[in-house]
Amino acid sequence: MAACSTVAPPSTSFISNKKDLGLSAFSSASPLSSQKCKRTSKTVCSVTAPKQSERKPVTTGSVKTGMTMTEKIFARASEKTQLSPGENVWVNVDVLMTHDVCGPGSFGIFKKEFGQNAKVWDREKIVIIPDHYIFTSDERANRNVDILRDFCTEQNIKYFYDIKDLGNFKANPDYKGVCHVALAQEGHCRPGEVLLGTDSHTCTAGAFGQFATGIGNTDAGFVLGTGKLLLKVPPTLRFVMDGEMPDYLLAKDLILQIIGEISVSGATYKAMEFVGSTVESLSMEERMTLCNMVVEAGGKNGIVPADSTTYKYLEDKTSVPYEPVYSDDKARFLSEYRFDISKLEPLVAKPHSPDNRALARECKDVKIDRVYIGSCTGGKTEDFMAAAKVFLASGKKVKVPTFLVPATQKVWMDVYGLPVPGSGGKTCSQIFEEAGCDTPASPSCGACLGGPKDTYARLNEPKVCVSTTNRNFPGRMGHKEGEIYLASPYTAAASALTGYVTDPREFLQ
Amino acid sequence: MAAISLSLSPNPSFTTTTTHKPSHSLSTPTFLKFPTESPSTIKSLTHAPLPHTPTPTPRATFSTRAAASTTPSTTFHGLCYVLGDNIDTDQIIPAEYLTLVPSNPSEYEKLGSYALCGLPDAHSTRFVTPGETKSKYSIIIAGANFGCGSSREHAPVALGAAGVAAVVAESYARIFFRNSVATGEVYPLESEVRVCEECKTGDVVSIELSESRLINHTTGKEYTLKPIGDAGPVIRAGGIFAYAREAGMIPTLTSS
Repeated sequence: MAACSTVAPPSTSFISNKKDLGLSAFSSASPLSSQKCKRTSKTVCSVTAPKQSERKPVTTGSVKTGMTMTEKIFARASEKTQLSPGENVWVNVDVLMTHDVCGPGSFGIFKKEFGQNAKVWDREKIVIIPDHYIFTSDERANRNVDILRDFCTEQNIKYFYDIKDLGNFKANPDYKGVCHVALAQEGHCRPGEVLLGTDSHTCTAGAFGQFATGIGNTDAGFVLGTGKLLLKVPPTLRFVMDGEMPDYLLAKDLILQIIGEISVSGATYKAMEFVGSTVESLSMEERMTLCNMVVEAGGKNGIVPADSTTYKYLEDKTSVPYEPVYSDDKARFLSEYRFDISKLEPLVAKPHSPDNRALARECKDVKIDRVYIGSCTGGKTEDFMAAAKVFLASGKKVKVPTFLVPATQKVWMDVYGLPVPGSGGKTCSQIFEEAGCDTPASPSCGACLGGPKDTYARLNEPKVCVSTTNRNFPGRMGHKEGEIYLASPYTAAASALTGYVTDPREFLQ
Repeated sequence: MAAISLSLSPNPSFTTTTTHKPSHSLSTPTFLKFPTESPSTIKSLTHAPLPHTPTPTPRATFSTRAAASTTPSTTFHGLCYVLGDNIDTDQIIPAEYLTLVPSNPSEYEKLGSYALCGLPDAHSTRFVTPGETKSKYSIIIAGANFGCGSSREHAPVALGAAGVAAVVAESYARIFFRNSVATGEVYPLESEVRVCEECKTGDVVSIELSESRLINHTTGKEYTLKPIGDAGPVIRAGGIFAYAREAGMIPTLTSS
């Protein structure tokens, strides 16, 4: 299956330190992986380090000891020239994001600690995105969105993506949907910056070459008042992914491979840096998928070096100047993992842990009750395009209820508006309808995390679900005895067509 | 280990760049911990000896004895609840209860009543008896990666609100550890061995913080804990704000 290997010392000179750590980390992988993983051939061993020419000293770090890009972002944000992993520094925050689940509590702490009349540190650096429990009749959930609105009015918060008409999300032009996707689409993710959010999947924004991580309400209350937070500089694990990505794989398969390799705590407190020719070939949305799930390995942040793909994505989204940083050639990594992606096969994470990795084809006898496509992980435009591609290729109808929840209003518009390549001009929504899927729902976090009992597509019974979401712990999508198989949109769509966990190659080849 | 290690030295740039001037205040610096409860001896540790008042709740009995130095000797004593590896925050507090706002006193108490209700039914002994708001177990003993998953601060808050004084686990997920320290709700302590294999739910245990020791009185065994380090004073102060005020890092609010 997955061709994965730790660095092969004779063939690579990319880094010279701590290769032994990589090996020891490797040996702690699950039994499955240690049986299945083979050393790759040494055909893939060249990694292009980001070009270092024509950069100012601040970005290259004109210092004696090399730094990783995460360390450089910490250094810049704490106004220091040199930092090492383990140091605690006060970091200036560029953007603080919160939502309807943690915003009210964070505001409560802010007011109690800084005073009822206190003002936030910067009304233009706070982004408030209601997204979790929106389309529900739960009164407390509705009240929480009201609390966000009151606070934003009182503090004159510049970026508040409000929703008032719950009956028709399209009547709310400001409403976006899932915060991590909206942050990117609205231009709040920028290379070299520090983004903190009261949500563990804030790490998604690392796709833009920035430091982004999740924090709690109390820390967010502190940031609201001061614009700063005491953070520990994490050591970095580097993941080098090379090889041409087969057309039946998506970034979800890559990150499931990595989590299966290092376990749900393999990156605890650590930064996860993704490089290599495969990563360079990924679109921004796919890079977001990769970084989104680093927290499922315990990671503090995931990060991808900014490049022309990044700049192109940002072109029409932000006018704020930004300055990318890159890891030095001599930067120190705790360990390095190498993967030959050309040999990887479609994967799933079986219940009840994101590191419970298996090949999709190994699970072909697992009968499923439903499929869910949505969330910050798997509810972006390209995720729906991928699912549509499988339905289109098969020309068949789904055999189990298939729920579609676009992450944001923009994604919803794309699902209804963009033509799917090779379809003769059909949109995703038309293909989904022909395949017998449920009508795409109003954009929000939806049933990814269960939520109030009346949440659309919530797992209210102990059913088996193949899902493009991020977690499959007991009870995650609602019912404690429910079983969730995490998979890519390709695998999810293929599974919908058969009613069993299905390798998408059955339809894509 | 420690996710957060606060230095006592105030950060000059921090204090000088704080722009707004808080005008109103709170009279109690430790309100974060017990928004609903009267000042009690439980958990609100100070460096001075506290009168020990017996409480009707079955939570940890807890005492603080000021030693000759300023280092208090902290002991937790009570029943333990034992869990395995990778207990994620959805099991600690399921997402449907996240509509409860922890900073709201009545909702804080409700969060406690739902603590660990997301555990699968195979856990036949429930952590909080249905109908109760507090747990009779004041110490949680768990395996590796406790508190993984979502960043919800509701998780350590729910445990604290249910009456948990400390968790002893083999290791923690980063955000849960940090939230525990920042809120001062529970002591996230690490064991050197897998204590969860050797304890049973309902065993009577004690934790002596200054000695970094866990004693299981039911089995008679003792275990060494990893020192809590610089995070200890933050939790003892009642969270990061209370600590920062004690340390002079942020101004103490006074009534205007």
